[in-house]
Amino acid sequence: MNYQPFSHDFVVENPEQQTFFVNREVFVSDDVLEREKRRIFDRCWVYVGHASELKNPGDFKTRPVAGRPIIFCRDRDGEVHALINCCRHRGALVCREREGNARQFYCMYHGWTYHPDGRLKSVPGDTAYGPAFDKDQMGLVAVPRLESYRDFYFANFDADAIDLDTYLGRAKEYIDLVVDQSPSGKMQIISGTQEYDIRSNWKLLVENSVDDYHLISTHSTWLNYMRNSGVNVTPPKGELLPTRGYGRDLGNGHLTTDNPNYRGRPVARWISVYGEDAKADIEAMRNELVQRLGSARAARVADTNRNLCIFPNLVINDGSSVTVRHFYPVAPGQMHVTAWALGPVEETEAQRARRLHAFLTFYGPGGFATPDDVAALEAAQLGFAAYREVPWSDLSRGMGKASDEQLATDEGHLRVFWRKWRELMEARP
Amino acid sequence: MNEVVTATVSRAEVEDLFFHEADLLDNWKLDEWLTLLTDDATYYVPPNDKPDADARFTLFTIADDMVRLRERVIRLKDPNCHAEYPLSRTRRLIGNVRIVGVDGDEISAAANFIIHRFRHNDLLRVFVGHYRYKLRRVGGRLKIAERRAILDAEELGLLGSVSFIL
Repeated sequence: MNYQPFSHDFVVENPEQQTFFVNREVFVSDDVLEREKRRIFDRCWVYVGHASELKNPGDFKTRPVAGRPIIFCRDRDGEVHALINCCRHRGALVCREREGNARQFYCMYHGWTYHPDGRLKSVPGDTAYGPAFDKDQMGLVAVPRLESYRDFYFANFDADAIDLDTYLGRAKEYIDLVVDQSPSGKMQIISGTQEYDIRSNWKLLVENSVDDYHLISTHSTWLNYMRNSGVNVTPPKGELLPTRGYGRDLGNGHLTTDNPNYRGRPVARWISVYGEDAKADIEAMRNELVQRLGSARAARVADTNRNLCIFPNLVINDGSSVTVRHFYPVAPGQMHVTAWALGPVEETEAQRARRLHAFLTFYGPGGFATPDDVAALEAAQLGFAAYREVPWSDLSRGMGKASDEQLATDEGHLRVFWRKWRELMEARP
Repeated sequence: MNEVVTATVSRAEVEDLFFHEADLLDNWKLDEWLTLLTDDATYYVPPNDKPDADARFTLFTIADDMVRLRERVIRLKDPNCHAEYPLSRTRRLIGNVRIVGVDGDEISAAANFIIHRFRHNDLLRVFVGHYRYKLRRVGGRLKIAERRAILDAEELGLLGSVSFIL
């Protein structure tokens, strides 16, 4: 792609004035979206799926990844692949089911078949081709790079990208805090997928997922519910972290909130909503954590929450439950969101039910909070129609403070995203 | 020997209940709607990709016990329930009502629904699916012990949030 600088700056930072502004054209422009696809989604590591979704050889899930139709699958030898779901012959999808177990992928257009590892298996009437036709070179195309960290699989469409481990960098520490909830270090995606569109720009969901400033105004009905259920929703003073929580820069555009928990955690902090029956069970889980990890690390895992954003579009919220969600733009003013619940593989039926109940109280399209986030994002997108007259979004909260003093109610961690966005969007290829 | 109680019910009575319920929900008379439910009622919206699943093992869109359902009504009446303020206008068409079975005092019934939902500044969103109900008589009155609203859409997509009661 030819380098063409933007005609003006979209992200304007003034440390002296302690201001940080984002031009709202970035939420409505087709040109910006097109550049984001090429500069961000085609070059960064993007989430594909979790190893637990492919339990057995032959298991597959089809899903879009960075706009491409992908088959996320496990071959007969147990190897995990991300294959582009596109017949080498004339381009049709070779798998049109959402999920299943396949001995082969069959293109219903002309009958070409592929092995679950992508190799071309058979071509009807292959004697019609000349000597240049090499079946060994005509398998399904794999994503250029596929790597995993603790069972989270990511793809990169840039073959020359840095490795996933380097890319994740300090974000790994926070993924570890999530995965350490399982005694065996094995988490699983729980069945049941929440897939919904939000009629707003995708970047607003990055901001919203980690923005604690909006809690009181956007989510008062959820706070009421917790209060009505006997949960003390006032954060305690002086526990674990010296304030109500921080927004953290994890490098490479990754960011997280790091908050003391005061609203319960399935692993492992009891609140009244769970019922008296659950008290001993959660105490036992807590003891297991202490034995395995030591008391300090157990407290870090079980008494703090994090809303983690892996640049550009994966969010793992680890609080009242664990959600894994990613999103991709359909248009400047619309995104498609896919969300799952994640839990330790060892969970008993009662523990799993408790986790899911807690999930649904806050999260998802039928929860007590997510629909109001969606309403807020859609209201913002409607406002952006006036981006020429009211051009700047203000993300200046906490600009006067050092990086490690940014609260979760400041906007320092949101600025981490925007600085990375600017770097990639303005870089010379 | 225990007395075997077998419920008796006509389709007309079930239809009356469903049509009355639809009217209360369309008119946002949610407190009155709660009186149609038994004290231990449940309300489920399964995930679109697992419509037959069990909420103990599967992430649903909605899986409310009566405690949370009462809280949901409190929320929906609050102007700070931003997803439903101003309130959506909904219109439900309930059809194909049938009694599926009777097990002791519990009646299983089913119906199809089409719900058109209109909002200021928003798209028309059409929710299509079917209900599975469990009904029980309480003091002679037919009440809802379980209602399951199963959407036909393969994913929520542009249906967006399920912020009103399906």
